[in-house]
Amino acid sequence: MTHPTRIIDLLAALFLLVAFAMLSQRRLANLITLYAWQGTVLALSIAILAYETGNTHLYASAILNGLLKILAIPALLRRLARRLDVQWDRESLVQIPTVMLIGLGLVIFAFNAALPIAGLAHTVNHETVGIALASVLLSLLMMILRTAALSQVIGFLALENSLIFAATSVTGGMPMVIEFGVALDVIVGVFILGVFFFHIREQFDSLDLDRIEGRED
Amino acid sequence: MHTPIGLPWELLLSAVVLWSVVALASLLIPHVPRMAPAIFPLGALGALLTAGAGVLALRGPPISTVSPLGLPGLPFHGRLDALSGLFLLLFGVTACAISLDLAGYRAREHYPVASRIGLQYHILLASLALVFVAADAYSFLIAWEVMALSSYFLVVTDHHTPVVRSAGFLYLLIAHVGALAILAAFAILAAHAPAGAPLALTFSALRATDPDPAVAGLVFILALIGFGAKAGLVPLHVWLPEAHPVAPSPISALLSSVLLKVGIYGLLRVAFTLLPAPAPWWGLITLAAGLGTALSGALLSAVQSDMKRLLAYSSIENIGLIVAGIGLALLFSAYGLKAFAALSLIAALYHCLNHAFFKGLLFLGTGSVLHATGERNLGRLGGLIHRMPQTAFLMLIGTLAIAGVPPLNGFVSEWLTLQAFLKATALPRPYLAMGIPLGAALTALVAGLAGYVIVKFYGIVFLGRPREAKLAQAVESGPFERAGLGLLAALCVVTGLWPAGVIALIRPAAQALTGGEAPVTAGDHGARIAVAHAGYAPPLLWLALGIIALVGVLVLRLRSSGPARRAPPWNCGHPVAGARLQDTAEGFGQPIRHIFAPFLDIKCRRPGLDDPEPRYEAAVNDRFWEGLYRPLARGFEAVFAGARVLRPRRIAISLLYVLAMLVALLALTP
Repeated sequence: MTHPTRIIDLLAALFLLVAFAMLSQRRLANLITLYAWQGTVLALSIAILAYETGNTHLYASAILNGLLKILAIPALLRRLARRLDVQWDRESLVQIPTVMLIGLGLVIFAFNAALPIAGLAHTVNHETVGIALASVLLSLLMMILRTAALSQVIGFLALENSLIFAATSVTGGMPMVIEFGVALDVIVGVFILGVFFFHIREQFDSLDLDRIEGRED
Repeated sequence: MHTPIGLPWELLLSAVVLWSVVALASLLIPHVPRMAPAIFPLGALGALLTAGAGVLALRGPPISTVSPLGLPGLPFHGRLDALSGLFLLLFGVTACAISLDLAGYRAREHYPVASRIGLQYHILLASLALVFVAADAYSFLIAWEVMALSSYFLVVTDHHTPVVRSAGFLYLLIAHVGALAILAAFAILAAHAPAGAPLALTFSALRATDPDPAVAGLVFILALIGFGAKAGLVPLHVWLPEAHPVAPSPISALLSSVLLKVGIYGLLRVAFTLLPAPAPWWGLITLAAGLGTALSGALLSAVQSDMKRLLAYSSIENIGLIVAGIGLALLFSAYGLKAFAALSLIAALYHCLNHAFFKGLLFLGTGSVLHATGERNLGRLGGLIHRMPQTAFLMLIGTLAIAGVPPLNGFVSEWLTLQAFLKATALPRPYLAMGIPLGAALTALVAGLAGYVIVKFYGIVFLGRPREAKLAQAVESGPFERAGLGLLAALCVVTGLWPAGVIALIRPAAQALTGGEAPVTAGDHGARIAVAHAGYAPPLLWLALGIIALVGVLVLRLRSSGPARRAPPWNCGHPVAGARLQDTAEGFGQPIRHIFAPFLDIKCRRPGLDDPEPRYEAAVNDRFWEGLYRPLARGFEAVFAGARVLRPRRIAISLLYVLAMLVALLALTP
């Protein structure tokens, strides 16, 4: 096993760890920091994959992802959280140990489900597929459990990170990956606009937000 | 690296590039009005290039090419063979005339509208050219969807009116249902590729898959539904009479002349080149669908009182005749009678060409009338032959052609279709051999009804006296419109007078599809069916008709007492003579409504005794609305009302659905 492959393994493990941390984090400001860390891990792993496979366009993808997910989006989210004054709110999660147990179950399931896919993938490492799939499921779980609009958006962004991670680890660097990455980033941009929308709603009519969020019961 | 791809491809690709450039340039019309007059003539140039490519492809061997465009590992494949060539020729020539007409028609429009039409129209032309040459399912479907979407935007050009929007939606809906059926057909065929082979997407790979008869039958049915929806086969025809009237007339002409033929092209492509030898029931189903479509189209067009709706139903009728010819070809192929299959296919393809020419002519002429009068309702037109003599003359040629009057082209293809029907006696099954020739009688009935319809159309619009005062202001259409009409009228005359040349053009396509040499010989400047010794020679017929006419005129001259005397027309002894005493569209259609009352859904409005403004109105609805579409829509509504119970009230629950679905799918994957 070469050094770059080991590093990618390590980064994949970190990626999963960050996903778990996000799942259990109650405060929005910390959540945003965790999201930036996840972006860092993602960009690093793409860069190392680019070094390993010699695919120059993957470097472009790494830089693009890094700029967006370490700097731009977290900064935007922080500003939003400050404006909405929700950064230090504690979210009432379901019991954290229970959530962790469900997450563990999902990870085991994901590794089982990824076995046939990993066999097909012409990639540097097969375990990364399972990890990427597990992170997708964990991000979905996070979106389900959150009640605030902003943390739900962060869940969605984490889901997108995991998808990019899955795409790079399975296809090992095709030009399509870049296209996918950019397309998904467009979606993310749209979603962030959606947050602005929520923001406006809250300023004018907070009841409406409750109704949209489904918090009335 | 540059490798020569052959002259036809170069012509075709340069046309596509030209259209793309023109489409983008159209966006700039509002800013640079000076270039507006060049847009549509350039489009016509592209159409001519395409027609040239079509002729070369008909003459030469098939040329395949792989384009560098497309997804990685999934390039676009193209193939120019005789069938593509024939449809490219049809498309190029018709599109040239329509572009000329648009050059005049759109010169009068506001710039934003002209700009939008220029954009969508040229995208539509480019996608049509690509549909005819695509040689893999992937690029075919992309071109197909671009075609459907750009034509949708053209249909809803006047999108401020609700009627236009709902007609456009119906068009889009049926186009999507059809596209789904086509996608399913390709997918099923690809799934039956031999094991180990890469995913079969190219047409040559799909042809190599040898599905068992049941699968092939399923694929055929799906293709018939999918392409039938585009062509306007009953009961998927409902979009035609809605979309044609609301679209701008040149666009209706393009829809009717070319877009319907794309459905025919796709059906031929799948049924004859992608699937193995057909089973007899394919032919029977297609034949029945074709004859049913022809008869309903003819009946419904006889009772319409809107010009464009009447023409739309008449298009349905013509498509029915073409599909019936294809059905015969399939039936003959199933029993190995290749020569007769080729004959039926020549008849169907000939009719495709003819219909493109005369229906394009009629729709363009309708556009001129509509522009001159602002009126689509037959009940408010009349007497336009005095106001628009040249348009009226050119329309007369189209009228005679569609009615199947001998020296013109409609007769040739109808005659060939009838001959093909009569050849069914050669089928080895007695029931078929005796039953199918009866289809010839049905075809004759349809042709007769078509003649009736078109006499009503022409008579009410152009003859008699103007029914409204404002018709006196109608003016002749512009030079570009008349050029477009003249081109199509000339084509109607040429394809009518010179069948030998047209059959020689079509023959390679029919031969490539059926593998048989058609028993049609070209002699005496006409067509001759070798087996039955039936022949049709327009010059001889022309001569004979001329002699009879001359003799008639001479006899009348000799027997008449003196020179013609001009006098007011006899008013049937009625004291007040007005334009409203003339026969109306409703009145003319009344016998058909009466005879075929059980097949029609008629709503009449009769004037009362003391009505100050007495008017008789009869609206005939399509039975398929009440019989098929409304129950279907109600069923869908009921199902989704039930599904509403499942709809979650909280975002978290719907996200949970997503997670559960994902987990279930992952768990189910082997």
